[in-house]
Amino acid sequence: MAAEPLPELAAVHWRPRVDARRLDRSAMLWLATTLAHVVPFIAAGLVLIAVQPLALPVALVSFAHAWVIPELYAARGANVVRRKRSRAPADAEERALGLLGDLVGHEARELHARTGLMLERGRLGVWLVGPAGALLVRPGGRRVGCYCVGVNDPDLPTGDRIAHLLLALRADEQGFATVANLAFMGARWRLRRRLERPLRPALKAAAAVACDLDSRATA
Amino acid sequence: MSRLIRLDESGHTTLAEWTAEDPEAIEAAVAAFREELDRGYFAMISTGEGHAEQVRELPVNADLVIMRLPISGG
Repeated sequence: MAAEPLPELAAVHWRPRVDARRLDRSAMLWLATTLAHVVPFIAAGLVLIAVQPLALPVALVSFAHAWVIPELYAARGANVVRRKRSRAPADAEERALGLLGDLVGHEARELHARTGLMLERGRLGVWLVGPAGALLVRPGGRRVGCYCVGVNDPDLPTGDRIAHLLLALRADEQGFATVANLAFMGARWRLRRRLERPLRPALKAAAAVACDLDSRATA
Repeated sequence: MSRLIRLDESGHTTLAEWTAEDPEAIEAAVAAFREELDRGYFAMISTGEGHAEQVRELPVNADLVIMRLPISGG
C-alpha cells in the first residue's frame, strides 16, 4: 500500500482504483472485444465460401478485416511509446539523463540507453516507462497494457519526462495506473509486431522479468 | 549536503542546498520548497530502491528532494 495516493487522482476521481483484479478484468474485456471483432468476420468469410465458392475474394476481404482490426488496436498501444524528437536543447537532455541515471540501477540505465525505455519492477508487473507513456507487462509476460500518460510541458527534456513518470509510479503504482489512460491491453506478440524495432529488446527484457515474477508468485 | 531540485526545461535546476548544521540554509530551502509547492509542483523523495514518496514539508534529512509537475493521462 502506498504511503499516500497520487494527488493527480483527484482529477480522475470517478475512476475506480486499478489493482491486479481490475487489470485481469480489463484483459478479459479486451480479449472479448477482440473476439467480437474477429469471430464475425471469420464466420462471414467461411459462410460466403460455403454458399458461393466464387465469393472467395470477398471472403478474403472479410478475413483481412479479422486480422487488421486487432492490429490497429495494437498499433494504438504501441504509439504510447513511439519515439518523438525532443524540443529541448542537447545540454538539457544531458542533464536530465544524468539525474534519471541516478534514480535507477545499472541494468535499467543500460536498457534505456539502448531503447529509450526505462524498466521498473512493480507489484502489478514490469513497467517500461517512456517519455509519454508506459507499457505494463503483466506477471507471466504474455499480456501487456499500454498506457498513455505524461507531463504537460512540451519543452521538458525526454529524461525529465521519464523521471516525472518514474517518480509518480514509484510513489503510487496503482494510482499511476489509474491516472494513465489505457490505450490497449492484449497479447505481447501482437504488440511486439507494432512496436518500433529499436524498442523491441525492452519488451523482451521486461517479459523475461515478468516471467520470473510469475514463477516466483506461483512457487 | 542535501539538495532541492526542480525538474524543468534545463534538465533540472538546483533551488537550494543545505546541511543539518546550517539553519540559514535550511530556512532558505524551506522557503524555496514552499514557493515551488505554491507553483503547483509536487515534492518527491526516494525511499529505497524502486520506491518514492510525496512529501508536503521539506524533509531536512533527505539527500535529494525533487520537485515534479503533475502527470495526466494523454
